[in-house]
Amino acid sequence: MSDTPSKILYCRCAFAKVVPDGVKTEVLDGLCESGKSFESVADLCEMAARKDPRIQTLLDESGTTRIAACYPRAVKWLFHQAEAPFPSDDQVEVINMREEKAPDILEKLLKS
Amino acid sequence: MKNDIHPFQVVLYEGKGASAWDKAERLSVTATLLDKGYSVKRITENVANESTSPVSDAYPVLILGEFNEAAPDVFDGSGKLEITTRDTADLDSDGILELVATVRGEKDAGLNQPGEKGAWKPWFPVIDYDRCTNCMQCLSFCLFDVYGVDDEKEIQVQNNDNCKTNCPACSRVCPEVAIMFPKYTSGPINGEPVKEEDVARESMKVDITSLLGGDIYSSLKTRSEKAKSRFSKERSPDKALTERKKCLTKLQQSGIIPAEVLAELDLSTLPSPDEIQRKAEEMAKLMGES
Repeated sequence: MSDTPSKILYCRCAFAKVVPDGVKTEVLDGLCESGKSFESVADLCEMAARKDPRIQTLLDESGTTRIAACYPRAVKWLFHQAEAPFPSDDQVEVINMREEKAPDILEKLLKS
Repeated sequence: MKNDIHPFQVVLYEGKGASAWDKAERLSVTATLLDKGYSVKRITENVANESTSPVSDAYPVLILGEFNEAAPDVFDGSGKLEITTRDTADLDSDGILELVATVRGEKDAGLNQPGEKGAWKPWFPVIDYDRCTNCMQCLSFCLFDVYGVDDEKEIQVQNNDNCKTNCPACSRVCPEVAIMFPKYTSGPINGEPVKEEDVARESMKVDITSLLGGDIYSSLKTRSEKAKSRFSKERSPDKALTERKKCLTKLQQSGIIPAEVLAELDLSTLPSPDEIQRKAEEMAKLMGES
């Protein structure tokens, strides 16, 4: 995907403890420090489950989106199930906060 | 669970005409709002691109900022957005959080707050259509009508509210490892990449279910027919319930449904023998047509 993301999205996964607290806090801290605009949601699963209309706006249809959340396979099909499918796999990069370290995640999110 | 929840967007504005927030306050407010269930958008002058998507319509938006002058009145050109602006220059983190709660109350926007009593934990299956073969095993297996089919007869999650929290049983019986529960702790159910050994292991689990009598659904159907017969003769709902309990005991022994999930089930909410029969007939029809 392009190195200039048009959108950055951060999921807090607030309804479960499956993403390490330290990782998600460090990533959020890095985003807040970055000076860039970004979107953040309490819990993508929760939004998807109730088909929150805002989920339709989270992906950039014409540009690229980087998402800090969990497993890419889960995130991709979560959006699909919420009737907001990825415009194409090339346009969305999902970065896994369950597995990766915060500095690596931030580097991927913020690289330009 | 979701009827009283309404979208409500908080925007931390640090763009033109406003000052940057104190960095500790920015992190504290953002993290706390997220942990309370809000969505938060940060807008700076250094926008990651020049075309951040517009806030979608039909819900309230609260824009917070340390504005250089009075908080501006902002209107949505379409007339659909309810935009409220508030100056936070004189507020600390607690004051900002209180302000957000007050505005949300004024907008009558319900919120699903993590950790609060009555909050709904988003627990439901997600189907990986790259793997799914539309075999309908999940639809057959699920007792709670979580699954259904669309107009094209493709399996889909239709009633995620019905899903029993912490029960990943349908995922365990999916022969293609195509069903994920993102909140589950371990893979491949949580969405981890599927390995060859996962497919083999899931197949073994399907075989285990077959020990219950061909398949779980056949077992339920047979039992429900017997229960229905007795029910009609004896007019005893207790006996029908006993049948379901017996079947659930077998499920429990199989280890497919976690014991704690079974323990919390209200058996009276399980489908009635008639409903199970109806579902069996629908399934048979579907499979016959496909």
